Amino acid sequence: MNILIAGVGGQGTLLASRVLGNYAGLMGYDCKLSEVHGMAQRGGSVITYVKFGEKIHSPVIADGDSDVLLAFEELEALRWSHNVKKGGKLLMNTQKIMPLPVIIGASEYPENIIDTLKKGQFDFYGIDALGIAKACGNEKALNTVMIGYFAKVVGIDRDILKKALEMSVPAKFAEVNIKAFEAGYNA
Amino acid sequence: MKKLAIGNYAVARGAYEAGVTVSSAYPGTPSTEITEFIAKYKEVNAEWSPNEKVALEVGIGASVAGARAIVAMKHVGLNVAADPLFTVSYTGVNGGLVIAVADDPGVHSSQNEQDSRYYAMSAKVPMLEPSDSQEAKDFTALAFELSEKYDTPIFIRMTTRVAHSQSYITECERKEVPVKPYVKDAGKYVMMPGNAKKRRFNVEDRMNAFGRAANTMAINFAEYNDREVGVVCSGGVYQYVKEALPDYSVYKVGTVFPLPIDAIKEFAKNVKRLLVIEELDGFIEKQLKVEGIKVDGKNVIPNIDELSVSKIRKAVLGEDIPVPVQTVVRPPVLCPGCPHRSVFSVISKLKLNVMGDIGCYTLGALAPLNAVDTVVCMGASIGMAIGAEKAQGREFAKKTLAVIGDSTFVHSGITGMIDAVYNNLNTKILIVDNSTTGMTGHQPHPGTGRTIYDEPTYKLDYEVLAKACGVKNVVTVGTMDLNAVERVIKEQMAKDGVSLIIAKEPCALINKTKKPNYSINEKCKNCKACVKLGCPAIVNKKDGPFIDSALCVGCGVCVQVCKFGAICPEKEN
Ligand SMILES: Cc1ncc(C[n+]2csc(CCOP(=O)(O)OP(=O)(O)O)c2C)c(N)n1
Repeated sequence: MNILIAGVGGQGTLLASRVLGNYAGLMGYDCKLSEVHGMAQRGGSVITYVKFGEKIHSPVIADGDSDVLLAFEELEALRWSHNVKKGGKLLMNTQKIMPLPVIIGASEYPENIIDTLKKGQFDFYGIDALGIAKACGNEKALNTVMIGYFAKVVGIDRDILKKALEMSVPAKFAEVNIKAFEAGYNA
Repeated sequence: MKKLAIGNYAVARGAYEAGVTVSSAYPGTPSTEITEFIAKYKEVNAEWSPNEKVALEVGIGASVAGARAIVAMKHVGLNVAADPLFTVSYTGVNGGLVIAVADDPGVHSSQNEQDSRYYAMSAKVPMLEPSDSQEAKDFTALAFELSEKYDTPIFIRMTTRVAHSQSYITECERKEVPVKPYVKDAGKYVMMPGNAKKRRFNVEDRMNAFGRAANTMAINFAEYNDREVGVVCSGGVYQYVKEALPDYSVYKVGTVFPLPIDAIKEFAKNVKRLLVIEELDGFIEKQLKVEGIKVDGKNVIPNIDELSVSKIRKAVLGEDIPVPVQTVVRPPVLCPGCPHRSVFSVISKLKLNVMGDIGCYTLGALAPLNAVDTVVCMGASIGMAIGAEKAQGREFAKKTLAVIGDSTFVHSGITGMIDAVYNNLNTKILIVDNSTTGMTGHQPHPGTGRTIYDEPTYKLDYEVLAKACGVKNVVTVGTMDLNAVERVIKEQMAKDGVSLIIAKEPCALINKTKKPNYSINEKCKNCKACVKLGCPAIVNKKDGPFIDSALCVGCGVCVQVCKFGAICPEKEN
């Protein structure tokens, strides 16, 4: 399975990929993840690739070969939507984070992203993960809300993924993360 | 134990398992984590060096004194370390010496896309290139053996994707390798002409021996499949080839220099057509052509940017790549509360010429600040300000500022400052001192008073240093006070002689004291002065700007640019 995680630097996409990596380990799959460090983390567009299966070669997903796009932000969902396979799934946190060109008034934030994405050759799923994370008591847990939602939409074994989550977060944050995961799953 | 790990962790682990005891580096994406991980092993004495040249010299010294040592840097760091590199090639080693160099094809986080493999060739130093984390670990451990066996420093070449991708590795126990005795051997270690001339023959013999041995090394191997086309590749590209062209025969090169020429000749005989698929330049291709091997390469495969499975399929099979959606870009930005923003807002207002440098503050070049005119390499701001003054005259210097980060100043700005004083110039230097190496993830450096282990140490005093170098005008100012910054810059620009301004305020990401957020009230006249700061927390809405309380860190810079007193602490509004 090829999962592309797209978001904005600082949104916690790396943790999401690590949870999926641990999940692959628990399932006994071969797995590769590819992250971007450095310049791109300063509020720029950030993508992480997760691939698992029998045997994985390239850690980067070939263009147009993603089974799932897990998008943490609307504009990033739009930007990477061409990467989703025909019949794949696009899961999006319905949050808008203004990029600098919009902040300074040099560009407009695209309108009707949801409508555009609904017309794509993939299945579209929207969720207010930020709102749900806030309700769980920590807006940083938006990434685990997305993971829970992913488990439900894609049909991933909930308990194994939950275990992978516990392996990926420090013990003191386990509780809020599990809560967020469940909330995402039940959304 | 099997675990997922990034390539850089695997390099660190490989060095650790090979008994390394000394590690030195200057940070640089995508190499930084190698040294961050190594520093966690108590058996290793690690350091952040002030720059890559010193880092390599530390590694050479450790090797001569009998220890296994690893030095890590990004591709452009190797330019800085090139001087010792070309001569340690002659001296060879005592303890194994591994240089991990990380290239950045695709320029994810760098100022250029140079191909470090040429350094292996021109310095005559062997280079191994792993394709995933397990190989990164294994090749690093092997590199220490080869270094000692062939009496040579040796490269591990990483690329961004191998350095920052996770794949499974199996860890082993550390092998303790006792530090060898220090032996005086002038003929080997004193490279003056008489000795160097002789050592030059050792270099030639060693590279020939290494090249012969490469043909049978297990890290160079053929995988036969369909024999219509045989692909020669190395490093991360091997993984792309396996996915893009699963039925092709492949020769995987582990020693990108020197190449296993005879083994590749043999492979060539067994396939109808030979194709080198390599990222960046046709480095392998050209060497094969010199050997008279008929081969395709850069006539098929692009030499610019990162390769990918899709690009290989496109180049070799003619398959289309899906077209990305054209939409608003999201460039990296200075963080909310970043002290660099306030300095650049003043510079922007004063309309100065700015010779820029490399670090987070390079982002001051982007709109809306547009405050940086040049960026070339670390330390270049000062040298270039000197050159610009020589070209344009002394008055030009009074409108021109060299803006340099604290880590960058220590790395390679000090010599430029000495040049300015020595040659009686008017050069104006501003250190944006955020007390960390921000860009690469907050490493300490000599100006922070902390070591890689977070132990206290002498904190380099820029004022004292500048005065000792003969800088006439030295002044420190708090970065977040815009009026003070403006006054100090104006004063210094008017003066004769070299000036050094130190604008001090810790990076907003390490300065955890959370101040109250600000918001905008009805006094706002929608003049957009705050928007022009380019702060991610201030969003330009048609009916007036708005502060996103989730992003605001309460730095108070926008308050100072608002002429109408419309920005106040959230509670008061
Ligand atoms: C020769 C070389 N080594 C390393 C780097 C990677 N690098 C880019 S900027 C930088 C340092 C930035 O620190 P500083 O000057 O303190 O500025 P800050 O990012 O904190 O604003 C480093 C290590 C490089 N570009 N060139």
